[in-house]
Amino acid sequence: MLDFIAGHYDYWFIILLLIIGLYGMIMKKNLVKKLIGMTIFQAAIILFYISGAIKADATVPILSDSISNGQPANYINPLPHALMLTAIVVGVATVGVAFALLIQIYKRYNTLNEQELIERMK
Amino acid sequence: MIERNLPAIIPLIFLASALLIPILGLWKKRISFPLAIFATLFSASLSVYGFIYVIINGTVRYNFGGWIPPIGIEYVYDPLSSFVVLVINFVTLVVLTHSYIPVTIDLEVKQTAYYSVVMLLLLGFNGMIITGDLFNLYVFIEISSLAGYALIAVGEKKAPFAAFRYLIIGTIGASFYLLGIGYLYFMSGTLNMSELAAILPMIKESPTILVALILIVVALGVKMAIFPMHGWLPDSYTYAPTSTSSLIAPIGTKVGAYAMMRLLFFVFGAEYFSKELPVGDLIAIFACGGIIFGSVMAIAQKELKRMLAYSSIAQIGYIGLGIGLANPFGFIGAVLHLLNHSFMKATLFFIAGNLRNKTGNSDITLFDDSYRKKYPWTMASFTIAALSMIGLPPLAGFFSKWYLVLGTIENSKWLYLAVILISSLLNAIYFFRIIEKVYMKSPTQSKDSGTNNFEIKRDEVSASMLIPTMILAAGLIVIGLLNVVIVNQIYKMMPVGM
Repeated sequence: MLDFIAGHYDYWFIILLLIIGLYGMIMKKNLVKKLIGMTIFQAAIILFYISGAIKADATVPILSDSISNGQPANYINPLPHALMLTAIVVGVATVGVAFALLIQIYKRYNTLNEQELIERMK
Repeated sequence: MIERNLPAIIPLIFLASALLIPILGLWKKRISFPLAIFATLFSASLSVYGFIYVIINGTVRYNFGGWIPPIGIEYVYDPLSSFVVLVINFVTLVVLTHSYIPVTIDLEVKQTAYYSVVMLLLLGFNGMIITGDLFNLYVFIEISSLAGYALIAVGEKKAPFAAFRYLIIGTIGASFYLLGIGYLYFMSGTLNMSELAAILPMIKESPTILVALILIVVALGVKMAIFPMHGWLPDSYTYAPTSTSSLIAPIGTKVGAYAMMRLLFFVFGAEYFSKELPVGDLIAIFACGGIIFGSVMAIAQKELKRMLAYSSIAQIGYIGLGIGLANPFGFIGAVLHLLNHSFMKATLFFIAGNLRNKTGNSDITLFDDSYRKKYPWTMASFTIAALSMIGLPPLAGFFSKWYLVLGTIENSKWLYLAVILISSLLNAIYFFRIIEKVYMKSPTQSKDSGTNNFEIKRDEVSASMLIPTMILAAGLIVIGLLNVVIVNQIYKMMPVGM
């Protein structure tokens, strides 16, 4: 049991981050804080992929004589890193669109508090 | 030569025009509309050709960059994806034609940007349909969603807030999908859909695959707005500008439904998700909840666009029900309803747009006899689309419900059968109250003024808005009459072994 907990310690932190992100998105009233929760949630998934690529005693996936003897088992998996570069770009674009929307909301209603917004919309 | 490259050409047309429109728009603002129409027309005609080619010669596969599938990204143009591409691009062509006047009125200065973002949205949708790679699907989901948020946010005063809520919910959905394919990737070592379908039977006992399946179903459920995940839809559709809601409502949720079909039937397999696990039943139960909830909420609405938004939740429930049944009739019903509903919803949103264009609002309580006299053709199209939504035979809507009913009988799911029949009655209630007002309620203002003599002049919308409405309304009759031909093609789209 202890081995299971200690052996997966990176995943426990990722689960914690996912929960913090979800909590922020659901419970926080301020829209910027909701957005922060969303980015935490995305960051947790990026970390999940990266920790899935880890291999014990393996090196960076660069084909060079000085680093390794060329056995595939000696390299860590580079694909999740490449995928996450794309996911980071997508995340940045999402945050950009979200900030643009927040600016528009603030211009129109002068508040970013969800409760006040819903009241002012009536 | 062109057939081999077809799967890549169609999304690339949209990508190229999304970049071209803002550049040429600097020189001449009015050129953006013809360019967008030209790009859509080009890809619509290519998808007609592609659909015929695929039906005759079988699946076309395109390897991006020349890399062979397990390593590279593969685009698959099989009967199902070519059919959905055809539906999406044809409906978009008609919608863009219709949106010329609403866009020039609502978004005068933002025209160039608007059409450019529309092209990005279509790039996302077409990519989602054609791609054969799980991670590529994620990227296209995000492209189409980001474009969708922007298109919704340019609407009324409340639109940015509706778009922000959609953004938060949509991003959680997409993140769940990313997490789900992470599980699948670490278990199987591949992201290619057809290779994953071959590997999954060997590792399907693992609980990780089950968790991945649930995450993916929830994620795509958010995109297709199936019942408990529908929260973003009513506000987004209501406050978006007319042109956006008539573009996103017919095709947006359908692409999500297609992605769910693709992953459940072609990757996980109908046997796995419906027989070995109760996931199919869960989807069907939620879909039934959505059908009843959407129909009841639609009855309570006083605004036409909002009513149509709730009716969309109910109609997407039918597609969900067909997926959940996971038998051949359910599959036919789901694919046929995907086609029918995109035509019906486009027609109905066109009519809401036509009324807003003429009267400035689409409040149901104001409808009366004068609407029939002022807009005879618009209202005739409305009646056809409404009857089709209710499901009266020769019209298209009847046949998809018919196949769904056959599917419920085959699985002996009498509860679902009852839901389909009850929802038809509920549909009849919320559409007939409008039809009744339009054709029978005498105008109230004539009593106030005291003169019944003055004639209400015909004041139909301009041809560029009326003709698309009538084309789609006529299309509903044509699809209904030709349904045997279409269903024979749908048999070819089924996954192997169904």
